[in-house]
Amino acid sequence: MTIDWDWIRRNLLEGSIWQATQEHLMHTVIAVGVGLIVSFALSLAVLRWPRTYAPITWVTGILYTIPSIALFTFLVPIFGLTSIFTAQVALVSYTLLILIRNIVAGIRGVPDHVVEASRGMGMTERRIFLDVQLPLALPAIIAGVRVAAVTTVGLVTLTVIVGQGGYGLFILRGIGRRFLTEALVGTLLAVLMAIVIDRGLVLLERLATPWAQRRRPA
Amino acid sequence: MIDFLREVGAWFADPANWTGNRGLPGLLSAHVGLTLASLAVSAVLALPAAVYLGHKRRGGALVVSVVNIGRAVPTFGVMGVIFPLTLAFSATARPLGYWATFVAMVLLAMPPMFVNAYTGVRDVDPALVEAARGMGMTDRQVLTDVELPLALPLVMAGIRTAAVAVVATVTLSAWLGYGSLGTYVFVGFAQRDQVLVFVGGLAVAVLAVITELGLGGLERLVDPLRAIRRRRR
Amino acid sequence: MIRLESVRKVFPGATAPAVTSLSLEIPEGEFVTLVGPSGCGKTTTLKMINRIIEPTSGTIEVGGQDVLSIEPHLLRRSIGYVIQQVGLLPHRTVEQNIATVPRLLGWPRDRIEARVAELVEMVGLEHEMRDRYPAELSGGQQQRVGVARALAADPPVLLMDEPFGAVDPIVREHLQMEFKDLWRRLGKTVVFVTHDIDEAVRMGTRVAILNIGGVLEQYDRPEEILANPASEFVARFLGEERGLRRLGLLPVSSATLERGPVVDVSAGPTEARAVMDRHEVDWVGLLDGNRLLGWVPASEIGSTPLRDLEPREFLVRLRPDDSLRRALDAVVTSRTRVGVVVGDEGYLGMLDVETVAEEITE
Repeated sequence: MTIDWDWIRRNLLEGSIWQATQEHLMHTVIAVGVGLIVSFALSLAVLRWPRTYAPITWVTGILYTIPSIALFTFLVPIFGLTSIFTAQVALVSYTLLILIRNIVAGIRGVPDHVVEASRGMGMTERRIFLDVQLPLALPAIIAGVRVAAVTTVGLVTLTVIVGQGGYGLFILRGIGRRFLTEALVGTLLAVLMAIVIDRGLVLLERLATPWAQRRRPA
Repeated sequence: MIDFLREVGAWFADPANWTGNRGLPGLLSAHVGLTLASLAVSAVLALPAAVYLGHKRRGGALVVSVVNIGRAVPTFGVMGVIFPLTLAFSATARPLGYWATFVAMVLLAMPPMFVNAYTGVRDVDPALVEAARGMGMTDRQVLTDVELPLALPLVMAGIRTAAVAVVATVTLSAWLGYGSLGTYVFVGFAQRDQVLVFVGGLAVAVLAVITELGLGGLERLVDPLRAIRRRRR
Repeated sequence: MIRLESVRKVFPGATAPAVTSLSLEIPEGEFVTLVGPSGCGKTTTLKMINRIIEPTSGTIEVGGQDVLSIEPHLLRRSIGYVIQQVGLLPHRTVEQNIATVPRLLGWPRDRIEARVAELVEMVGLEHEMRDRYPAELSGGQQQRVGVARALAADPPVLLMDEPFGAVDPIVREHLQMEFKDLWRRLGKTVVFVTHDIDEAVRMGTRVAILNIGGVLEQYDRPEEILANPASEFVARFLGEERGLRRLGLLPVSSATLERGPVVDVSAGPTEARAVMDRHEVDWVGLLDGNRLLGWVPASEIGSTPLRDLEPREFLVRLRPDDSLRRALDAVVTSRTRVGVVVGDEGYLGMLDVETVAEEITE
């Protein structure tokens, strides 16, 4: 078994690798983006009504436990065998538990005395949330997004089963043709994408939280 | 929707679906068999090393990178890469697709098992370990009498996480030609049979939930602090 | 009993030794406290005795045996060990925790059971607590179990690393007193690390004051250290209330008592006035033989026989084993400006501010 460099060259030139990359990235970004919006809304509900935390984590926990392929199949009767919705609803579902946990923990982790001091200076609750709690919770939130994004990049390789593109197509075709090069390219590109996104989010966190980067002078 | 569920019900009611190679019991046992075999091998590979490193409180950086890399590698891709490499094994007693799935499942199960066992042993209160040593426990006794019992719930949690992931992912063996509950999904998509797709997904989901709940119960059973947690309630 | 000879410890990667070269002899049955600022190597020294920390060089002997010649776990089974965090095994009951070392030593079950029962009583725990888990105990109770566990196999030596540091001050004082009592009864050799100089002088029969790097500044009986600090460092470490601390260690019986302005009730008022004049005070104590009845002010002494007066109680009656610190407190808070001392045989005498002051400067 050797690597077929010619196949790689051809697919690079013909643009199929580029196209798969775009599709894979699109699925990932949509899933994490929508997941973030939904999680944010649910987290706000949890922060306002703490009693909703248990049921919300219970439901998202169940969604998280259901195997991804099973979740695809449950959505098939609703959206059809090869719909982007079948893929996306499942992908979004998987991000919820991780994101909600991190958002809620991040906001709740802001020290009480900081919030109290802000209130004491006359900040409105809304301003306290936007200017104090949210920035301070950013590291925890981004940590959640990193896990969600890396997991999603991996799961998108399975959306080929419900007729979507992305690197999964290389893997599936590689299996079908028992062709190492194609499966390997699909796998490595998925790993690469996960790493790049993860590093990018780390960088974003550094830029967004300058107060956490500078050390006290020795 | 009602009609669809009725058709699913009819599938389960059909005796033909309960016998033979494509029957539910046969595919279920193949699915569970492959799961158990790969879990056993990854436990043997991961747990002793994890317990040893945790006991020595060494290798934290290694653990972090194992987790991160493990999470970024798509298991379907691993199966796809190993599959052509295992063609040489096709002459063995196991059908094609078995070994590729097996190896991929071992790799999938090892990180959660390793990390949980490692942190479980490593994070036992150092004061406790010092007190145990100070009383004259040998290194081995500290491990068996103090660290392992206290780490056991976390070790079990790692096994549970790994087991649920493997049960879910063995499904993909069908795409490699090895029969498992995924076969219904695979054939269903090929034949555009939504009922069959759904049946496969349902079976896998039920198995995953049973695994989760069953091992979760076992986890609470082996908790050495169970008696006191119960008494406090 | 325990002998340290030129013991040195340099931790890997450290620039300076934690203990440079320490020699120390701890006679059998003594209660030695190791005290000093953080970084003085007191805990390191303690942990080298049972080889939780291995010395870099030097020799340590326990009971005449070189500790380095004994397997560490066997050595430790013969030495009791108590640490601040207690370190009770959370998954074992109180009973099982206390039984740890006897079980390691392979004692028969009934012997272990009898020993546990004995120890539970000895450290002042209720018998119902034997089946509790550590998390169900208060901090003070946990440390009692910790002490019982260390005593389980009746080791001749007990090593204690700030054992009462994690409990609140009231419980701490209680535990200190109880443990000192226990020590008097059991006659163990105790090495006790603390950063609290009050605890060190109160608990120890000998105090070793260590400076940074394990330098032994002074090693002596606590009264002696408080009276004659060997160096500037020791004096500073003892602090400004050194004199008061010393008084806390000295018993009333060590001071020279005076008979003071007292008369027997059988005497007449004239004699009472003469006593008051002689002592230049405006009150007089009344005795009935050896029994101290109380005191009366000069204004009440007229023509009435002393026996018919109603004497007032002294607010504090000191016992001979009370500390001089307590005596000083009694003196300055009383109307009569003296502290009266009463023993089992009756009135012993009294002391005033001057008497106490002499003891401080002595």
